[in-house]
Amino acid sequence: MSTIQVNGKVQEVNAPIALIDLIKANNVEQPEMVSVQVNGEFVGRENFSTFLVNSEDEVDFLYFMGGGSRC
Amino acid sequence: MDFTEDQIHRYSRHIILQDVGVEGQEKISNGKVLIVGAGGLGAPVALYLAAAGVGTIGIIDGDVVDLSNLQRQVIHFTADVNKAKVLSAKEKINQLNPDVKVITYQELLTAANAIDIIKDYDFIVDGTDNFPVKFLINDACVMAGKPFSHGGILRFDGQTITVVPGSACYRCVFHAPPPPNAVPTCSQAGVLGAIAGILGTIQATEVLKYLTGVGELLTNRLLTFNAKTMEFRTIKVKHNHKCSVCGDHPTITELIDYEQATCELKSKQ
Repeated sequence: MSTIQVNGKVQEVNAPIALIDLIKANNVEQPEMVSVQVNGEFVGRENFSTFLVNSEDEVDFLYFMGGGSRC
Repeated sequence: MDFTEDQIHRYSRHIILQDVGVEGQEKISNGKVLIVGAGGLGAPVALYLAAAGVGTIGIIDGDVVDLSNLQRQVIHFTADVNKAKVLSAKEKINQLNPDVKVITYQELLTAANAIDIIKDYDFIVDGTDNFPVKFLINDACVMAGKPFSHGGILRFDGQTITVVPGSACYRCVFHAPPPPNAVPTCSQAGVLGAIAGILGTIQATEVLKYLTGVGELLTNRLLTFNAKTMEFRTIKVKHNHKCSVCGDHPTITELIDYEQATCELKSKQ
């Protein structure tokens, strides 16, 4: 097992792991809507299935958030 | 600007702040800020900026106050139900601080009017609940070289980032609006009312920091929080050279009116 960070928290995974599998393992709601950064670099949605997350990588899932007033 | 004795008294807690002083309060008093949306986020932003003595506050919102707004939109009161939100907000601002000049726009922000409206302001606050207008504000501010604060809330979560010319923009992070109805709005999924206050006051703080030049803005950092755990995080984000609006070769050179979620359109009729 290797450790990575997901949204600032340590996770144990079998690295390398395909980003799409990490997304599934984290039960990300609407994977087609999430923006992902690995080590501060954005990973294009079209590369989610081929991009490999390695040991010690820092992964951030960023979500759309509305709120406020209809305008 | 010469402050009256009453104004020096009113703003004394700013003026005694070493980083602000009379000079900083003058900058606040000369500031012109546009708030897009007089709702959950716009309400605390408008109240705190009015209290701070921001000289000109513009508010754009085409909606009227609904009873279900009052759970979080603290600038509107029970007697304001069915009143235009911009009018209700203007009345409270004037009562709180008659120094503030309030300019109201009872309309929607669109690709056609956005640049013309924002050009008169120093700073823009995104207090909207939908992605078409969030992206419109981003693109218009990037094109016009205006700084703005993005804010979003949903359920128990909030996020905000400040964008100034040259820093990572909203589109650098989120690329393009989600398809209509793909991501729920507060009216569809709910929101804890006080979350709007947390996020809105952070946005108001960024405005005051920008106007006074105090501190470091929340640029190139997306602040997110979850109220259930009360954990706050700032995630570093970078200006994206491939960004379609602020990148090296922008493909978006005109503003776009993206399609709204259908439920929003229906409720507009």
